Amino acid sequence: MADIAIKNVIKRYGDTQVIHGVSIDINDGELIVIVGPSGCGKSTLLRMVAGLEAISGGEISIAGRVVNRLEPKDRDIAMVFQNYALYPHMSVFDNMAYGLKIAGRPKEEIRERVEKAAKLLELSALLERRPRQLSGGQRQRVAMGRAIVRNPSVFLFDEPLSNLDAKLRVQMRLEIRQLQRSLATTSLYVTHDQVEAMTLADRLVVMNQGVAEQIDTPINIYDRPATVFVAGFIGSPSMNFLPGEVDAKGEAIALAQGPRLRSISQKLGNHAGRSITLGVRPEHLQPVAEGEQDFHLEAGVVETLGADVLVHGRLVEAGAAAPQVEGEGGAGIVAVRLPGHAKVAEGDRLPLKAQDGLLHLFDPESGKRLADV
Amino acid sequence: MVENRPWLTFLQHFVLLCGVALVVFPIWIAFVASTHDGRSLVSGVIPLLPGDLFFENYRTLLSEGMAGSGGGPVWLMLFNSLVMALSIAVGKIAISLLSAFAVVYFRFPFRMFCFWIIFATLMLPVEVRILPTFEVVANLGMLNSYAGLSIPLIASATATFLFRQFFLTVPDELTEAARMDGAGPFRFFKDILVPLSRTNIAAIFVIMFIYGWNQYLWPLLVTTDESFYTIVMGIQRMVTVADSYPRWHLAMATTVLALLPPVIVVVVMQRLFVKGLVETEK
Repeated sequence: MADIAIKNVIKRYGDTQVIHGVSIDINDGELIVIVGPSGCGKSTLLRMVAGLEAISGGEISIAGRVVNRLEPKDRDIAMVFQNYALYPHMSVFDNMAYGLKIAGRPKEEIRERVEKAAKLLELSALLERRPRQLSGGQRQRVAMGRAIVRNPSVFLFDEPLSNLDAKLRVQMRLEIRQLQRSLATTSLYVTHDQVEAMTLADRLVVMNQGVAEQIDTPINIYDRPATVFVAGFIGSPSMNFLPGEVDAKGEAIALAQGPRLRSISQKLGNHAGRSITLGVRPEHLQPVAEGEQDFHLEAGVVETLGADVLVHGRLVEAGAAAPQVEGEGGAGIVAVRLPGHAKVAEGDRLPLKAQDGLLHLFDPESGKRLADV
Repeated sequence: MVENRPWLTFLQHFVLLCGVALVVFPIWIAFVASTHDGRSLVSGVIPLLPGDLFFENYRTLLSEGMAGSGGGPVWLMLFNSLVMALSIAVGKIAISLLSAFAVVYFRFPFRMFCFWIIFATLMLPVEVRILPTFEVVANLGMLNSYAGLSIPLIASATATFLFRQFFLTVPDELTEAARMDGAGPFRFFKDILVPLSRTNIAAIFVIMFIYGWNQYLWPLLVTTDESFYTIVMGIQRMVTVADSYPRWHLAMATTVLALLPPVIVVVVMQRLFVKGLVETEK
C-alpha cells in the first residue's frame, strides 16, 4: 500500500523532449488511468514509474521514497504488459512463482501464495499448462496473477486489454476493477481507450503531447473539460466544436455558420465581443418542436446503433433557404445523438436546441476553457 | 495437391528411388566389404552381398585394432573423436550463447565493432589460419592433447550470429518482465534465454558435432601420439600402408563404425533440429 508522487517529471531522448513536466499525486489505493492518443507519452510515463526508462528530470516517489535511481525490482511494484510477456517455456505456476523464487522465498510460501492468487483469478485448474495452451483472456489473468502474487504496493498496467476482443475486454475490465477494489492496491493504468478510462478510473489523467492536460474524476472531466483537446478526446462521438462570437451584450452567441444561440442561462458579460469556440456534445443537442430551435441540422449520414441514432449533418440557420456549403469533408459537420428509434432520413431538417447548462466555451487561441454556459 | 495420375506417381517414385540408390550404394558396398575377408576384396570382383565375417572383423577391430598399419585400437580412436566432437560442439554453443548475449543485451563501447570482428572470422576457415593456429597451439604445449584438438576449433561466428538473430526476436517485454521479477542478467540468461533457445541449441549441436567429428586436417597436424588419433584420420592411415595390400575389409568396417555416431546424433535430435531451423515464432 503506498501513494505515488510524480513531480515535474521530464523525459528526453537526446534533444527531443517527449514529456514536459508532468505532476500527479496518487493517493493510497487509488486507481489512476492515464489516457491519451498514441505518442502522447503515457506509456513512457508509466515505464518511468516502473523503472524501465530513465528519468531525465523531476522526481518520482513511491510511499515517500524517491525511486529515481532504483532498479525496478527494488521499487515494490508489479507490472502487467500489453502482450502479457509470459515466459513461454514455463507453466502457469512457474510464471507466477518466478518472482518469488528469485526473491528466495521458501517453497511452501510460494505454493501457498500462487494458489491463493490462482483461486482469486479462477486459474486453479490451469496451473500446469503452458501459456501457449491458454486463451487470450486466460493469459491476461496469468499476467495479473504474476503481479498479484508479489503483493506489491503498486500495480502498473500498460494497455493490458488492447490485445483482447471487444467482449472479453468488457469482462476483463470489470474483473480488473473488482480485483483492484478488493485488493485496494494503488494502481496506475495506461490506455488509449476512453471507455476503459472512464469506467475504471478513480481519477483520470488526460495526456497530450507530453503534457497532462487535465487530472480529475472521470465525470468532472466529461462535464468540465479543461481544454479543447480533452473535450474532443473524452466522449464518443466527439464533442462538436463551433467557432463563433459572443455578442456585445454578452447575451447570445453568434455562430460563424450563421445561427445565434439565445437560450443561454448565464450572462456572458465577461466575454462580451470575444471570439470563442463553442463545444456541444452530440448528446446535448435536443430535438425540439419547430419554432423553439436554436438552429436546424440538415441530416447527412445517419448511423443507427440500436440504442441511439447518430446523425451527422450541417447547421442551417432557422428559416434559411439553403445550407451553406463551406469547404469539403468534415469541416462544419455536426453530430447529434438521438434516441434509438428516431426516424431520420438523409436530407431531413431537424430543429435542434442546445441544452442549457451543458455547453462549453473555449478560447480559440489557447484552447483553454472559458466558462460553462 | 489433389492429383491422381498413376504414371506421374510412378515416375516420381522411380526418380526418387534412383536417387536414393545412388546415395546409399557406396555405403552398402562399404558395409558388405566389412563382412568379407581381405582376399575376396582385392580379387577384382567386388561382392554385393554380405559375407559371413561380420562378427569376426568387428571383434578384431574393436579389440586389437590394426597392428602394423598405424593407429591404436579402433575403440580408442572412436573415443578420441567423440571427445573432440563433443568438446567442440559444447564449447561452441557455450561461447556463442554468451557472446551473443553480450552483443544483444549489453551496451558497451565498441559493441558493434566486436560483433563485426566476430563476424569477420567467418571468412577465415581453419585451413586458412592453420599455420598461425598451429604455432600458437604448439607454443602453448597443447600438441597431443584433447585441448589442442578442440579449443582452436571452438570459436564460432556462425553460432554467435544465429543466437544473436534469435535473441533479437525475443520480445523486449520478456526482458522487462524478468527485470520486474527481479532477475539479474545472469538469472535472465539462465532461466529465460537458454530455455527459449533450446531448439536452436539442438540444431547448432547437430551441425557442430558433425563438423567436429569430420575434422581431418587439424587432428592430423596436432597429433603425433597414436593414443590421440581420431577415427577420421585413422581411416586414412589404414589405407596408405607401405609394403602390403591395404586391408580393405577392416578399413571399411572402421568407416562403418565412424559413420554411426553422427547418424545417431542426427536421428535422435532430428525433430528438435528441424524445429530449430524452421521455427521463428515462439
